[in-house]
Amino acid sequence: MAKASAPKSSSKKSTSTRKKTSAPRKKAVATSSSRVPKLPAFKRYKANKAELLELYEQMLLIRRFEEKAGQLYGLGLIGGFCHLYIGQEAVAVGLQSALDEDKDSVITGYRDHGHMLAYGIDPKAIMAELTGRAAGISKGKGGSMHMFSVEHKFYGGHGIVGAQVSLGTGLGFAHKYREDGGVCMAYFGDGAANQGQVYESFNMAELWKLPMVFVIENNQYAMGTSVNRSSAEDQLYRRGESFRIPGIQVNGMDLLEVRGAAEMALKWVRSGKGPILMELKTYRYRGHSMSDPAKYRSREEVQSMREKSDAIEQAKNELIKMGMGEDELKAADKKIRKIVSEAADFAESSPEPDAPELYTDVLVETY
Amino acid sequence: MARMNMIQAINSALDNMMERDDNVVMMGEDIGYFGGVFRATAGLQEKYGKTRVFDTPISECGIIGAAVGMGAYGLRPVPEIQFADYIYPGIDQLISEAARLRYRSAGEFIAPMTVRSPFGGGIFGGQTHSQSPESMFTHVSGIKTVIPSTPYDAKGLLIASIEDNDPVIFFEPKRIYNGPFDGYYDKPVQPWSKHDAGEVPDDYYRIELGKANIVREGADLTVLAYGTMVHVALGVIKEHGIDAEVIDLRTLVPLDIETIEKSIEKTGRCLIVHEATRTSGFGAELSALVQERCFYHLEAPIERVTGFDTPYPHSLEWAYFPGPVRIGEALDKIMKD
Ligand SMILES: Cc1ncc(C[n+]2csc(CCOP(=O)(O)OP(=O)(O)O)c2C)c(N)n1
Ligand SMILES: [Mg+2]
Repeated sequence: MAKASAPKSSSKKSTSTRKKTSAPRKKAVATSSSRVPKLPAFKRYKANKAELLELYEQMLLIRRFEEKAGQLYGLGLIGGFCHLYIGQEAVAVGLQSALDEDKDSVITGYRDHGHMLAYGIDPKAIMAELTGRAAGISKGKGGSMHMFSVEHKFYGGHGIVGAQVSLGTGLGFAHKYREDGGVCMAYFGDGAANQGQVYESFNMAELWKLPMVFVIENNQYAMGTSVNRSSAEDQLYRRGESFRIPGIQVNGMDLLEVRGAAEMALKWVRSGKGPILMELKTYRYRGHSMSDPAKYRSREEVQSMREKSDAIEQAKNELIKMGMGEDELKAADKKIRKIVSEAADFAESSPEPDAPELYTDVLVETY
Repeated sequence: MARMNMIQAINSALDNMMERDDNVVMMGEDIGYFGGVFRATAGLQEKYGKTRVFDTPISECGIIGAAVGMGAYGLRPVPEIQFADYIYPGIDQLISEAARLRYRSAGEFIAPMTVRSPFGGGIFGGQTHSQSPESMFTHVSGIKTVIPSTPYDAKGLLIASIEDNDPVIFFEPKRIYNGPFDGYYDKPVQPWSKHDAGEVPDDYYRIELGKANIVREGADLTVLAYGTMVHVALGVIKEHGIDAEVIDLRTLVPLDIETIEKSIEKTGRCLIVHEATRTSGFGAELSALVQERCFYHLEAPIERVTGFDTPYPHSLEWAYFPGPVRIGEALDKIMKD
């Protein structure tokens, strides 16, 4: 309601200025961002050693899990379309570690393995979904792109680019309606940011002051198209301005930077100020999906991102600086590898769904 | 003449049309610089420049809507929707605008656009890379729906579609881009280069919309199919040693009902095959038409073999796909009746 009355008062002001001075109207002309609320500054998150180790392990789990998924794909055990999260780990881990697991919901697109792992969802059930087995989290019926967990308030996993942004807006509405104090975090890509329904959603979310964190994972490419070849406004954090949604751009290759920004964003949204838009600058090291001739970027570009900006390496170095020993890091690595190889074994050995499963879950009743 | 697979034939059709008509422009996600995920537009941006062959943002509604406007102004846009499964964001523009512009302007404005889109299953694509949504469009008056089944047909039909003054949905059965898949997923597919219909002229030629193709003549039974299922049906018939007549519809709207009628009057039996889900699928329309027009010639109930009424699954694809086993059972049943 506060928002609805705001334009009235400001238009009154501008008419009165017009009456007083007819010629130079320059002052009355607003800059495009002047009506967007100003966000407070945020600080890089200060993690203690135990905390950082935990986040580091989460990122490492995603990295190793995805490497293994890539291998299983190569062996023909995973088929169809499979999009790896390698390179972007700090985004899901940094953001999701700031959420309140009991209250907040998350929704994302098809590059979803990392978000699920960051939630602590069982890697076995995820890997078995990739291989299309009955023990998969969607009983083998969804595949890599379509995974869900009610328990974790993880609403998927969606293959249609941009669709999840509107669904997320509905989740945000439901949080507000129920007054449950929860926030919906809706992730989407730089490419998805050009879908019309994203802007329909922005408008509604701000109009209704929904508790939403819109997250653009800007990994700089949508398949083979770079952001500046597809986007008139390539500073994607500004994409909410005409809806008065404040935005921030965050270095998505720095785990603690991401976490710090998330803390600020969540505080803002929880205080009832309406949605916020976060643009996380990140990078995917692998191809768009498993078949990608990668003609749109140079090998050097990828190499240089890996060498200079890798979030996992950076977190590791910080741990070392905090006094973490080689053997402790090695132990962490070993632990993760074990989890991943167990997940892979499970996913390879568990059975496919029974054929009658084709007919279940279409409507409430089986027919 | 050259040997071409279906992708090359489509590329050749686009090339011919770009060459002949300045009004032809192409757009879509990753179609320009990269040449399309299936390479259908490879080399065309280099040849005709970025103003005629260009990449778009991921904005299907905008792409199709803009194509309607371009067409109304006199251009002949050929937008690509990367997979038929992604056409839905643009369906409003197709149904409410493209299909109705001619009617509501009493013929003053038209939308001569051809939306190309790979469709159909059999590539382990799950629910977002496998669908066959053709009957959503055949249900709409004011739009044509074309589905080729060979490289030769793909080129001739695509040229006729682009030259057509009405909006056309051109669905490309991606499972047979490289060769006539017969439903045996565990056997290698013979490439188009070994098939007569892989013989494609380099030059311009048209195959008129609304003309079905009798791909096999026969006396005992008529099979109605299009796209991939033409080849699956042919394989099963050969295996079962039935003297069936196989009609490749080529275009669903306009439909060549005369050819169908004539065939069923001769054979007295009709089997309809499609990948799309059964309920309200195009087979339902075909079945109704055959019943209305050929009732007194029918010697057995019309049979349909289709996808199940479920979303396209991730696992169990070959249990879902209406392959040789299910078609064979239907054939046996219909011949016994
Ligand atoms: C509506 C729709 N159009 C097109 C596609 C095909 N597609 C899948 S992913 C993708 C690129 C998306 O890029 P971005 O949003 O940047 O996400 P990223 O892959 O980089 O994570 C495209 C075009 C789709 N899945 N859905
Ligand atoms: Mg991207």
